[in-house]
Parts: sequence; structure tokens; C-alpha cells
Amino acid sequence: MRKKLVAAAAAVLLAGSLSGAASAADKLKVGFIYLGPIGDLGWTYQHELARQAVVKEFGDKIETTYLENVPEGPDAERAIEQLVRAGNKLIFTTSFGYMDPTLKVAKKYPNVHFEHATGYKRDKNMSTYSARWYQGRYIQGIIAAKMSKSGVLGYIGSFPIPEVVSGINATILGAQTINPNIKVKIIWANTWFDPGKEADAAKALVDQGADIIMQHTDSPAAMQVAAERGKLAFGQDSEMIKFGPKAQLTSILDTWAPYYVARVKAELDGSWAESNTWGGLDSKMFEMAPYTNMPDDVKKLAEDAQAAITSGKLHPFKCPVMGQDDKAIECKGGDHLADDQIASMNYYIKGIDDKLPGK
Amino acid sequence: MQLVLEKRAERSNTIALISPLIAIGMTIVTMSILFAILGKNPLSALMVYFIDPLTDGYSLQEIAVKATPLVMIAVGLSLCYLANAWNIGAEGQFLMGAVAGSWIAVKTQGTDAGHWVLPAMLFMGAAAGALYALIPAICKVRFGASEILTSLMLVYVADLFLDYLVRGPWRDPQGFNFPTTAEFDPVATVPVLVEGGRLHLGAIIALLVVAGATVMLGRTIKGFEIRVVGAAPRAARFGGFNANQLILLTFAVSGALAGLAGIIEVAGPVGHLQPGISPGYGFTAIIVAFLGRLNPIGILIAGLFLALTFIGGEQAQIAMKIPLDVTKVFQGILLFYVLACDSLILYRFRLISSTRQVQSGAG
Amino acid sequence: MELVEAIILSVLAASTPLLLAATGELVTERSGVLNLGVEGMMIVGAACGFGGAWMSGSIIIGAICGMIAGTLMSLIFALMALGLAVNQVATGLALTILGVGLSGLIGAGFVGERITTAPHLYIPGLTDIPLIGHVLFGEDAFVYFSIALIIGVWYFLYQTRAGLILRACGDNHVSAHALGYGVLKIRTLAVMFGGACAGLAGAYLPLAYTPFFIPGMTAGRGWIALALVVFASWLPGRLVIGAYLFGAVTILQLHAQGWGIGIPSQFMSSLPYLATVIVLVLLSRARSGGSTAPAALGTVFVPDR
Repeated sequence: MRKKLVAAAAAVLLAGSLSGAASAADKLKVGFIYLGPIGDLGWTYQHELARQAVVKEFGDKIETTYLENVPEGPDAERAIEQLVRAGNKLIFTTSFGYMDPTLKVAKKYPNVHFEHATGYKRDKNMSTYSARWYQGRYIQGIIAAKMSKSGVLGYIGSFPIPEVVSGINATILGAQTINPNIKVKIIWANTWFDPGKEADAAKALVDQGADIIMQHTDSPAAMQVAAERGKLAFGQDSEMIKFGPKAQLTSILDTWAPYYVARVKAELDGSWAESNTWGGLDSKMFEMAPYTNMPDDVKKLAEDAQAAITSGKLHPFKCPVMGQDDKAIECKGGDHLADDQIASMNYYIKGIDDKLPGK
Repeated sequence: MQLVLEKRAERSNTIALISPLIAIGMTIVTMSILFAILGKNPLSALMVYFIDPLTDGYSLQEIAVKATPLVMIAVGLSLCYLANAWNIGAEGQFLMGAVAGSWIAVKTQGTDAGHWVLPAMLFMGAAAGALYALIPAICKVRFGASEILTSLMLVYVADLFLDYLVRGPWRDPQGFNFPTTAEFDPVATVPVLVEGGRLHLGAIIALLVVAGATVMLGRTIKGFEIRVVGAAPRAARFGGFNANQLILLTFAVSGALAGLAGIIEVAGPVGHLQPGISPGYGFTAIIVAFLGRLNPIGILIAGLFLALTFIGGEQAQIAMKIPLDVTKVFQGILLFYVLACDSLILYRFRLISSTRQVQSGAG
Repeated sequence: MELVEAIILSVLAASTPLLLAATGELVTERSGVLNLGVEGMMIVGAACGFGGAWMSGSIIIGAICGMIAGTLMSLIFALMALGLAVNQVATGLALTILGVGLSGLIGAGFVGERITTAPHLYIPGLTDIPLIGHVLFGEDAFVYFSIALIIGVWYFLYQTRAGLILRACGDNHVSAHALGYGVLKIRTLAVMFGGACAGLAGAYLPLAYTPFFIPGMTAGRGWIALALVVFASWLPGRLVIGAYLFGAVTILQLHAQGWGIGIPSQFMSSLPYLATVIVLVLLSRARSGGSTAPAALGTVFVPDR
């Protein structure tokens, strides 16, 4: 028994000194917290791709670690703190639900820097970042209205949070520029990720007459159903064309790599500072997958819209934005809705017949 | 020659003592093989899983924080299982307790409420958990419906109910429409014991629960009744012990403990109500109950041990890139070995010759 | 095609994994064994089924791999609960946890791959009949197999001597043993059958429903299958009704949203579970205060010599 204790103690010391040796080499340690498995082909997968890009860019100067499948409850705080204690100096927490845990850990460790995705709470050492996906949704709306024969779009939502709701609204606004009478059917899957449920929702939408399927959930199930049923669809988070070679029109691609590389670079050269980044097409915070399966004139419309949005000439939420009650929404951003109005959007616009759940 | 299992004349006390050790030993061997298959150094992996988390104060605190709800719920469950009442719905009772306690927190938000808030929340949590657990208990006692399935189904209902509340009526108005209540006021938060750590009052409560259960089971008549009703139902009937009453009692107590664990978790480490408040505590607690052999002290040890594997599993992901699934495999295998070794307390193997098989007939 | 026909098709597809898994568990429980590990067996079946199909290019091989995986998992259960007389509830739960973990490890290598889903039957003329054509003549092999299976199980349980003996083991294992039947052997076979069905049900998901494997893709269907067996009061005919009912509630809840019906979706999602509790209570009441379960369900049996 004593021999075992001695051996164990020696092993612990050895492990301790080894990790000490690693930090002596002065690599910057960067940590990532993922909500789902890296193989989800959607949200987490894109963050993982960005992490790999960071590794490629900085090679020996950094060392990255990730924790996947971290649930958004009390475990998250521990997971983040464990990354801190393992020596990571820059930590990306990639889901809204990590907001409060990240904040708590950030307060405890003022010398560690945190990047929280899609949240709204910040601190001196905690930044937030997100992308203006509603821009991409607007373009998708234009394409959808052009390509739809039935005039009915099908939308699979995850949860009625502002990010999703503003996406739906932007889609309809874009579609209304082509077809003022466009209709949309919305199904709330109440999950970010459940391929079976998403497939069922897609089937229900198609059965009810929608011929373009859009999603704000993370698996390729809906795309695959659309392909099976001969309909068209838009992918989400990542390229889903593998699942619908003849069905995918485009996809919103979460391309986090440029942002991640920039932040790691800032950390490396000491210029990291608290920031709130809500980047759009202009800063390449996200990209549109190549426009496929559509005639050239539709492609041109999409590309023109994309160019206009990127250059700032066109804003998807250009005032007046009409609410479901036929009254104009107060316009706080000059000639378009202000950022915080979009970030807290909890109403449907005119043209959507459903009632927003939870109101 | 055939190997058959036969009941021992009486419990084997030697096996009872060493079976957990054999089980742990066999688990370690199996896991080492698994690590080797995954291409990881078994020794370092075992070190990271079991030894490293014990070496610094932070991890030790986290083990206690993780173990607190597990131990509380498992003690309650053990009371049920001892009485042969199978409460599988602890997860649902946990959630309902969290919801009920949070109701007070949400309603008194922003008002200058006094220090009665937290005790009231804890009470509500326990009461709600108890009531929710009584549903399957009553269905069993009055209608004979399987409590395993009713309590399990109610878990889904509770989960969806919580989801509805947090996305609708209780949503934080300042929260950009995200599904979470506002942060609880300080009076509505469980106090932390150690500055800078997460170890909170709940751990003390859990220890009190363990102590209370030990006394109750060992020293009180009710405790005796519970143990007899499960082990020897006919003897219990002769003794006048009311099995139905015990089912109701044990379910209510275990529901209360699960509900209490729920509100403590919400008002403590988390600080607000949100969907997904429980990473399966109600189900993990079932494992803890069995690992602890339905004995309060054993549950305390088992809870701490299992919590250790969770923490270790996360550190293994960081340090050695071992996938989190391995932790689940480990827990499943451990439970299997413990159960298997424990069966040898009551039964033993014997080799018998085939000629004696004639009497038992063909299958 | 007609909306009604389309809904029926979706319901059939959604219900099939439930029916397959529940059929296996029905046989297991009729023999007196409660195996709560269905979810674990299903998810391992999904991982191995997908892996087998992806590596071989054949759906059938995938389905067989899924069945074998489920059977192997169930053997662990049989060894523990029948061989070592361990508490069945605990064993079943341990199996579920082990299964979820194992499937993650096995499936890790397949994530991101896709296969071609199982083909659907097409008989020119018959399949095109409006309303019922696709329902009757346009399904994939899994759906037809699931129907054939439950009919076969019904026949086995009620029209054969072997089935009678199996039911006897579930109702009164002491008497069955006294009559000379190998209760443990019969139960082991029943458990293995349950495992094969669960594995096949799990394999159905990546082979025919959504053509890729994602960890956790069974999403609790195994637990629903367990509820289904009780919902059906252990009768094959009611099992079919129950499976399609559950599938229907799941699908219709989504359609209701598409039609703009404003009931909270969480309430709709909870309907199958509430319905099960209510049915459980009603059924137990109907049987004059007693449960309709096989009397020896879940109890430990060690043959005495």
C-alpha cells in the first residue's frame, strides 16, 4: 500500500512538472467550449473548422484545447474554469447559454480573456461576437420568392429568440420585394439539433404546400428531406450541398475563422481589448455558399443584393418596417432599425400570419 | 457439467465487504483496455481521471458541488428502492422543485424582500417535488399502475413545463427574449461557503440528509418498516406494516429531496432558471443509489466517486483529448461490475453434473 | 399527393422505429423480464447499422449489423439479470448509459458521412392509387417488416405452444419451472429477441429516416417504446395502435404549427407522455384494481434445485 502511495505521488509530481515544462515554452494556450459534438455538421462543426484554421495559421505559437458536448447549465462554469486552470489565456465560449457562466469565470480571472458568441453581457476581459445573419436571410428571401412556385415558404425555427425571429423577418422582407403576397409557414422544433424532428418538420411543411425549405436548426436533415421530395432548400451553418446536390440554393456559412484568427493575433501581440463585434458580410463574419440550382437571372439578383448589403447601400431592415398590426415600427437607427432593436426583436412583421409563441 | 446460480443460506459478509473493491478493480482493468484501444496511455488516463482531480482545492470543491445534488437525490431514491417502490422520475421531481422554488424568486424579484425568501424557496422546492412524486405513487397504490413508467413519463412532462415557463411567462423582460429568468436577487441565492469557490450551503444540507437517513433507517421504526417491506413483503404483512403507506411515504420523501436538490442547484451554482437545468441528475442519482448499495453512507461515497469521474472526464478531455463518451462507458461498466459482484453476496455458483438435469426438464 | 396521404406516410415512418423496438420489448416483458435498456440498445444499433451500411454499401448488411449490435448488448443484460440474478431496473439503466457512451465512441468515425437511404417499393399502377397507394404499396422494407413482425409475434404468442410457455414464464415462473420448462433459457432468448428488435429499430433511423449518424439520434425513442408496451397492456394488437398513435401525435403537432394553430408547442409535445400515464391508470383500474402486466415481470428468478 505504501509503495502504491509513493508511486502515485511520484506520478503526480511528474505530471505536474511536465505541464510546468510545457508552459515554460511560452505557447499561447487557446481554449474552446462547444455545445455539441464536433461532428454535428452544423453549428459546432463550424467553430471547430475555425479552430483548425487558427491552428494552421499560428502553428507552433499556440496550443489549442476544446471541450465538446458541454451542457449549458452548471457544468458549463466548471468546464470554462477548468480551461482557465489548464493555462488557457484566451477562451471562446460558443453558445448563448454560456453567457452567465462565462461572466462569472471572467470576474474571477481578470487576466484571462473571454470571447462569448451571440451574447449581450460583457466585461473588461469578456467580449462578445456574433454575425448579422439576417443579411443572409434577406438574400435568401429574395431567392426563395423567385424560385417558389407555390408562393409558400417553409421555415423550421429552433426557439423564438430574437436571432431567429429577426432571421424570419428579414427573410420575409427580402421575399416581399419580389412577391408582396409571399406566405410563410413556421414550425418551431424547440431544439437546435434533432435530425429526426427536423426531418419531420420539413416533411410537414412540404406536405402543407411549402416548396422552399429554410431552417434555423443545425442538422442537414431538412435539406435531405427537401432533396428527397424534389424541393429546394437553404442550408444553415455549414455547406449542406452534400445532402442535397440538386436541392441546395445556398447556405449561410458560419465562417468564424477570420474573426478567431484576428482575436488570437491580438492576444499574441498584446492588443486584445474588450469589444462587441457584430459583423456582417462586409467583415466576412459569415459568408454565403455559392448560389446553385437557380437560373442565372436569380443568381444575379442574389449577387446584386449581396453586393448592396456588403457595401452598406441596402439594409434589410430599412424603415418603415410594418408590424403585424399594420403600424410602422419606431425607427431608431436613422433610415433603418437600430442594432439593439434588431438584437431584441420579438415580433413578427406584416405578412406573417402566425402568432409568435410566448407572447 | 453445468454452472448454476444458487441462493446462499445466508448473506456472505466477506463478499459484502470486498465486492466494491473487486468491482472497482475490474473496472480499472476494463477501462485500461479501452484506453489502450483508443490509443491513449492507460496509466496517464487513469491518473487524469482519478488522481489529478484530488490534487487541488478547486477540483475538490467542484467534486463536492457536483456530488451534492446526486447524493441528496440518491438518498431519497434509496428509501424507495429499499421498499421496493421504483421511483424513476427523480429527474422530473428535481425540475418541478426547481420551478416551484423559482416561482418565489421570480415573484419577489426586485422588491426589497427579506431573508425569508430563500427558506421559502427551499420549502416550496421540497413540497413541489413531494407532490409531483405522489402522482405516480398514488397511481400505483390506488390503481396498480406501474410506478416505473408513470414516474418516467412525468419526467418529460416536467421538462416541457419548465421549457414553457422559461420561454413564456417567466422570461426575463430585460433578457432580449432569451429563455431564461432574470438573475435571482442575492436574498434568493444559496450562500457560498468558501470565498472564491462554488462550494455552497447545499453541501451541508446534503450531509445532513445523509446523517438523517442513516439515523432514520437504522434507529426508527419507519426505517425498519421500509427495510422489511422491501426485503420480506410477507413478513411485513404479518408484522402489520402497511406497504401502501410506505410507498406513498418513500415517494413523497424522495420527491421532496429531489425537489430540494433542484431548487438548491438553481438558486446556487446557476443563479437563474433556464431550460436544461439538469444534466440528467435524476438518472445519474439512480446509479449512485445502486453503487452505494442503497445505504446512506455508501451513497455519500458513491456520489463523491461518481462526481470525481465527471470532473476527471472533463480534465481528460482537456489534457488527453479523451472523448466525453468514455466517462459514460466507464459509469455503465462500473455499475455492471458492482451489481455483478454484489449478486455474489446473496448467491453463489456451483458446478453440478448433467445427470441431475433430468429432473429440471428441457427448455 | 393529397395532404392526408402525406401525413399518413409521415406517421408511418415516424412510428416504425417505435413499433420495432416495442415489439421486441413486448416479447421480453411477456417472458417476465423488464429491460429498461432499450434506448442504449437502440442507439448502439444506430451506430453499428450506419457503420455497416456505410462500409459495405448495402442497407441489408447495415440492418443486420444493427440487429447483431442490439443482440450483443442484450446479452450483457441477460448475463447480469438472468445469469447473476441482479436487479433488473439497475441493470437496464446501466445498459442505457453504457449504450449511449459506446455508440458515441463507435459512431465517432462515421460522423459526417452519408449513405443512400433504403429504397421504397414501387409497383406501377398499385402505388399510384390515390390516398392508399403509397401507404400500402410505397413503403420501404423496414415498414413492411415491422408489420410482419408484430403479426408474427402475435401468432407466436397466442397460436403456438412455445408462445404459451413463454407467457407462462412471465405470469408464473415458479409454476413454469415446476412443470419442467427452462425459464432462464426462454427468458434469455426473449431478451435477445428484444435486443435484436431494438438494434433494428435503432438502425432504421440512419438507414431510412435521416441518412447520417449523429450521436444521440434516437432522442429518447427507446423510452417511448417502453411506455408503448405498457400503453398497449402487453397486447400486440394494441401495440400497433399505440405506436401509430404516438407517431401521429408527434407529426400532427408539427402540422398544427404549420397551420398556425396557436397551442404552445411544449404542451403538444407532452401529449404522448400524458396520454401514457392516463392510459396506464385507466387500464389498471379496468382490471379490477390490479395491474395487467405479466405477474412475474421484473422479479428475480433463481431456479431452486
